[in-house]
Amino acid sequence: MKICVLVKEVPDAAVEKRIDQSSKRIDRSGEKNLNPFDTHAIEAAMQVKEGGVVDVEEVVAVTMGPESAFRALHKAVSLGADRSIHLTDDALAGSDCCATGYALAKILEEESPDLVLLGQQSDDGECYTMGAIVADHLRMPSLTQVIKMDVEEGKLRCERQAEYGYDTVEIQLPAVISVGDAINEPRYPSLKAIMGAKKKQLDTKGIADAGIEADRVGEGGSRTSVLSINPPPAKQAGEIIEDEDTNETVGKIVSWLEERKLLA
Amino acid sequence: MHLKRPAAGRSRPLRSLLAVDFDLSDEQAAIQRLARDFAQGEVRPVAEELDREKRFPYELVKQMGELGLMGIPYPESYGGGGADTLSYALVVEELARVDSSVGITLAAHTSLGTWPIYAFGDESQKAEWMPGLCAGETLGAFGLTEPEAGSDAANVRTRARLEDGEWVIDGAKQFITNSGTDISGFVAITARTGEGEISNIIVPNGTPGYAVGQAYRKMGWNASDTRPLSFDGARVPEENLLGPRGMGFKQFMQTLDGGRISVSAMGVGLAQGALDEALAYARERQAFGKSISKFQAIQAKLADISTEIAAARLLTYKAAKEKDEGRNFSLTAAQAKLKTGRLAVRAAEEAVQIHGGYGYIEEYPVCRFYRDAKILTIGEGTDEVQQMVIARALGA
Ligand SMILES: Cc1cc2nc3c(=O)[nH]c(=O)nc-3n(C[C@H](O)[C@H](O)[C@H](O)COP(=O)(O)OP(=O)(O)OC[C@H]3O[C@@H](n4cnc5c(N)ncnc54)[C@H](O)[C@@H]3O)c2cc1C
Repeated sequence: MKICVLVKEVPDAAVEKRIDQSSKRIDRSGEKNLNPFDTHAIEAAMQVKEGGVVDVEEVVAVTMGPESAFRALHKAVSLGADRSIHLTDDALAGSDCCATGYALAKILEEESPDLVLLGQQSDDGECYTMGAIVADHLRMPSLTQVIKMDVEEGKLRCERQAEYGYDTVEIQLPAVISVGDAINEPRYPSLKAIMGAKKKQLDTKGIADAGIEADRVGEGGSRTSVLSINPPPAKQAGEIIEDEDTNETVGKIVSWLEERKLLA
Repeated sequence: MHLKRPAAGRSRPLRSLLAVDFDLSDEQAAIQRLARDFAQGEVRPVAEELDREKRFPYELVKQMGELGLMGIPYPESYGGGGADTLSYALVVEELARVDSSVGITLAAHTSLGTWPIYAFGDESQKAEWMPGLCAGETLGAFGLTEPEAGSDAANVRTRARLEDGEWVIDGAKQFITNSGTDISGFVAITARTGEGEISNIIVPNGTPGYAVGQAYRKMGWNASDTRPLSFDGARVPEENLLGPRGMGFKQFMQTLDGGRISVSAMGVGLAQGALDEALAYARERQAFGKSISKFQAIQAKLADISTEIAAARLLTYKAAKEKDEGRNFSLTAAQAKLKTGRLAVRAAEEAVQIHGGYGYIEEYPVCRFYRDAKILTIGEGTDEVQQMVIARALGA
């Protein structure tokens, strides 16, 4: 079995997010890190590999991003991936979700993995849709927001987080799975693994190497365009229940929770 | 800057003096990230409790060992990380930013416990101790200070005499870090082995006649292990001598030089941690209808401390780089130690001040930082000793 994990370099969580109003893109300057959700995807891959139920020959980390994004790949291999692929090309700059998904799918086609894992969202763009787009191009079944994954021969048994409760779903391989952060507790890379990261194979590819059509990627090849970008609306004020009669207070809290279907 | 003319045929120092590179390498940045994530994820949640209960962080030491952090600057052939001194300093800094007890446990182990074995030990001593030390399974301690020998470290009273192929040791040591934990393997002590002759000798824990005393009740560093040691006819094999006989003075001076880099990193880390806490608190705390971070008096404190940290950090990293390049780093390390110890004390004080009364309450980390900071102007050579070292290097 071969697993590909899609990873992305994003601004570090400690960096305050800013929008560059002229380009209407996220300001990605400043300290960067591997997208935290992707560390859960790598960990999920490692757990399949180490779990011993199926034989995993290879875990391959794949990213599309600017030159600096190789650091995300170094981190991915220090967390256990066997090798990595960096898709980078000036022609890719400004790609929207669909264009990015198409380009990644072209790389994945060449690799023909049995399982593609990725984080359910990136910490910067937060489109949540990459798994579905990639799966569509690869003609593979896909599940999103998976928080439990058991591998069996030729298929997976997954729990996915639904709005209320969980769905338990069986899915045939090959498949594309996007994972939520509740799926596992990612390990820390060891110092030795960090020191050894450069020694693991890293292939850098441009669009021509991957057979990516130039007019389907980049700003020109993207079919969405951002018209304006605004901060999210301020959160509504919470409701404060004064505790005068405790029985009454408990009743109020219970009915508040019931209204929102938060009680099983 | 005063540039010394490099000796003929030595082009390297000149080049690196001129080529100032402020960027960390990718590996250094990744190691810093690992330490930061580990400190935030594993140390931070337990730091207050460990301090309150004065409990040695066995579990964290085990984890740090597994992550390869207990032997960072030593060769892989001995089980070390094969990383440079700067990487090591970055790790100490990130730990001390969250908790000094954990920081000094790793720093004293690496720079004081392991260094003498690595630098002065013969192959069989290294083979015996290095793998366990680098894995963090065994802790090493360095016993220099005595009741009558602190700053005047050469005034060693502990004696060792050769008898039937064994060293017989009598004397006492004071304030020795990592000497009395369940996993402490040995202490490397300085002892008088003859008239005007000081040597270093490895004394394994459990040696009859070697007693580890009760842990001190300290102002800070509560989760770090510090004890008095006594030697009463303790016998160890002659082969436990570290390096050539009579080289003890040179060896401990060299050991302290290196240790100063990591203690400097502790000061930078503590100051940064104090600033982190103070800034977060100042933004949150309201007074007179606005965040106290909007008051100029508070802003001036935050701005000054952040500036001092930036300067002290560069000095510390420079000392580490000089060591990595095989250059003489004694002066820079002493300057860094002097600068960072004072800064840590000041930053902790300002952070408490910014917290007001809450800063005096143990629930707030700055309270612990304040207690932990003071040792940084004392241990590994007091400020006054650093001034002596610096003045001597200046030719004063
Ligand atoms: C928590 C802790 C952990 C420690 N860990 C270790 C360890 O692992 N191994 C180890 O060997 N030691 C350790 N020490 C000891 C530490 O290094 C010494 O305490 C320190 O070097 C100072 O020595 P002293 O306490 O004897 O003070 P003293 O030397 O007695 O100094 C007293 C004062 O006199 C000043 N002074 C002394 N001489 C001069 C001079 N010539 N000119 C001007 N001023 C002078 C000093 O600066 C100081 O202000 C530790 C200490 C503590 C508290």
